[in-house]
Amino acid sequence: MPSTSPAQMITDFSVRADPYPIYAELRRQPVVRDESGVHLVTTYWEIRGLLQDPRISSDARNLAPGNYPMSAAQDDEGTLPPSFIRLDPPEHDRLRRLAMRPFGPPHSPRRIHDMHGELTRIVTDLINGLAGRDRFDVVDDFAYPFPVTVICQLLGVPQEDEPRFRTLVDAVVAGLSPAEDAAEQRRRAQQSRLELGQYLAGLIEEHRRHPGDDMLSAWATDEGAEGRMSLAELITNAVLLLIAGHETTVNLITNGMLTLLREPAALERLRDDPSTAAAAVEELLRYEPPVQLLPQRNTLADIEIAGSVIPKGAPVWLLLASGNRDPQRFADPDRFDPMRQDNQHLGFGFGVHACFGAPLARLETQVALTELTRRLHGPQLEADPPPYRPSPVLRGPRHLQVTVEGITG
Amino acid sequence: MTADSLLKALREEGRIVIVGASLAGLRAAEQLREEGFTGSLTLIGDEPHEPYDRPPLSKQVLIGRALPEDTALPRRRAIDAQWRLGVAATGLDRDRRRVRLADGEDLEYDRLLIATGVRSRPWPHETEAALDGVCVLRTREDTTRLDRLLSRRPSRVLIIGAGFTGSEIASACRERGLQVTVAERGESPLVGALGGVVGDVAAQLQREHGVDLRCGVMVTALEGDPGGRLKRAHLSDGTVLDVEVAVVALGAVRNTAWLEGSGLAAGPRGVACDAGCRAFDVHGIVTDDVFAAGDVARTPHPLFGYQFLSLEHWGNAVAQAEIAAHNMISAGSQRRPHLWTPSFWSAQFGVNIKSVGAPSMADELIVTQGALAERSFVAAYGYQGRVIAAVGFDQAKWMDFYRRLIEQAAPFPPGFAGVDRRSAGLRPVPAGFPDPALPTHGPTVTLTGHSPSERRVVFTPARA
Repeated sequence: MPSTSPAQMITDFSVRADPYPIYAELRRQPVVRDESGVHLVTTYWEIRGLLQDPRISSDARNLAPGNYPMSAAQDDEGTLPPSFIRLDPPEHDRLRRLAMRPFGPPHSPRRIHDMHGELTRIVTDLINGLAGRDRFDVVDDFAYPFPVTVICQLLGVPQEDEPRFRTLVDAVVAGLSPAEDAAEQRRRAQQSRLELGQYLAGLIEEHRRHPGDDMLSAWATDEGAEGRMSLAELITNAVLLLIAGHETTVNLITNGMLTLLREPAALERLRDDPSTAAAAVEELLRYEPPVQLLPQRNTLADIEIAGSVIPKGAPVWLLLASGNRDPQRFADPDRFDPMRQDNQHLGFGFGVHACFGAPLARLETQVALTELTRRLHGPQLEADPPPYRPSPVLRGPRHLQVTVEGITG
Repeated sequence: MTADSLLKALREEGRIVIVGASLAGLRAAEQLREEGFTGSLTLIGDEPHEPYDRPPLSKQVLIGRALPEDTALPRRRAIDAQWRLGVAATGLDRDRRRVRLADGEDLEYDRLLIATGVRSRPWPHETEAALDGVCVLRTREDTTRLDRLLSRRPSRVLIIGAGFTGSEIASACRERGLQVTVAERGESPLVGALGGVVGDVAAQLQREHGVDLRCGVMVTALEGDPGGRLKRAHLSDGTVLDVEVAVVALGAVRNTAWLEGSGLAAGPRGVACDAGCRAFDVHGIVTDDVFAAGDVARTPHPLFGYQFLSLEHWGNAVAQAEIAAHNMISAGSQRRPHLWTPSFWSAQFGVNIKSVGAPSMADELIVTQGALAERSFVAAYGYQGRVIAAVGFDQAKWMDFYRRLIEQAAPFPPGFAGVDRRSAGLRPVPAGFPDPALPTHGPTVTLTGHSPSERRVVFTPARA
């Protein structure tokens, strides 16, 4: 591979199981310019700085002519309006605030906290369903159905529709990743996003007529000082949260189980003392973040950073997973240390776009890993590394086959 | 003994006394143990409580979302200390290295940390201050008392002073559905800290929330009924107000009276110390066994012309306590400077206010994000061509960016158009501080490094 560019090195599927040596290589320069014009930012303080820099835009309309978007999500005109993750303030702020009303503070401060019992019940049911088996797939049998069930309940989407939206979600997610020849993938992603929107529009209409205690109902009916979202905005946000509400958590839980099976001492510690779950999940978000990079930012001005200048209008990739392993920030960064102190990782990003669902993802993963380690007796990995999903952005195993000696009741 | 073995002995079996058992005292104690100090550790506090958190007292506690007793500060680690609570320090004998306590006892120390903080500035007329219904807000007891007064559903509450504490109390009173009059000597609320431009926004906020805000007036007298209950307040414009509760929110006084005669450079403005938190004596000679941290300490800050700043900021107390603790038990070459960039926040009338840098030094400001009219904005403050502070209303997530601009002595006005494009074309305006006590022109410096051990000052040529 003589002329492989930095962006290609990362997106190359052959490195998916372990991209960290490449990040370490790239970190020798905080800002790496790819031949495509993309600027890759690799080090912790620089990434964190740019995540809080008002000269960095999430709106693809700011890209300079000739800097074509690398992914479908940057080119979705004609389908649905962009969701708030693809918008800048003040539009972003307004939509995020409206979306947040039924989800978190200040209007719904206990919503996620109060879900603890329900999350435990769902996890318990899923593990009970494994009884009698000596091998199973962590992804298909647990890490996928769990967050899907949760987000369906939270949004008010019937879970029996899961087969219907799954293929659409898969196509949209495929379009999120940078790809060499993305035209067909982009077309499919746009079409799927539109179909998903049409499906959710029907649900929203139903919930408007018969509101329940779910987020779609709240969005459709709840009138705050700022009014409501328009129907198009509402559909866009519903699509976003349905996808973001589970696609990332699947990987976080799966990466978590994989890491614990590779690190038996950490697994035992969690089993012996479930109060360490919160710290273990934070370390996981640093060590194996489900969102590896943010490929959808661009510059509104020439930005001088770490001795480089990123020119105005340039696409920027923020390599969160690389920043999380930056030895300038974290001591012994390639070590999984669930007792790590001062763990301000980049797993959920930073700044105004910091992950909206972080409190839910944290709680889901804490409950999932605590219960799995408590109830699985003698779990062993069948294959290491496991087969990976294609995406370099939302990275995680496609399957994680494990054998168990038994399952505690 | 060599210096090395002296230091080793200090770390292993030295005696460290911390006067002041609040945020800075507690964090210093934790840091000492964290860094391996195994000697004896004594914390002295004049309040009967273990350390508690003060910011919630004028916010969540006052609107009933938290109880005063639920504000205990979380412990980062066990500190294995002797606690002397409910007893004040009354004197310091530096020759004999002893702290005198109110109960007559003398405590000997090898290293002393002064973290006595501040107290509320009392109402100047003693008999008026003693009226039932007149109070201040600083301690847990103050909060309990004010809460009890407000629970009587007074027909009107008067708040004297519209700084941060006064404004937060006014906000809490409105949330409790009480009629509130705020009397402020300046032209607008928060004007001393944030200037007139932002002060005007704060004034609009207060009025929109139903506060009877009166600026440019002073309260000249508080009048009681024969039973000793507050009845009326007289204002300098001749107005007479019927009020049953008056909260005196006129700022704070540093707790340094106990240091009188100690020979330390301690006075009404605090305890002067160097960047390593070592206290100066009255001659300006630095001590090496007496340290200060938190609200009571004044330190020269290179970013702000080496002015001695004393900051009543939560984060400053934590950072300074950690640096002081580290330096108390470290050799000279290992010591670190306290180079914290001032930063504080407030919550009032549904808005989260955050400030970085030293706004009150500025002469101009420019709105860089959002809009004043929306009560959601960032204003960058400039002084002699550099960014010296920034204030955000409901824009907290950007403040780290502005902190870096300040630390890098970035030019003012900042030359960028941000994601919020409305600022394009705006011009700086006078910041509107009432009495700009600006320092003389000094060298431009910048701060580097992310962790305390690498924080440094770098000199750069002053801009023309």
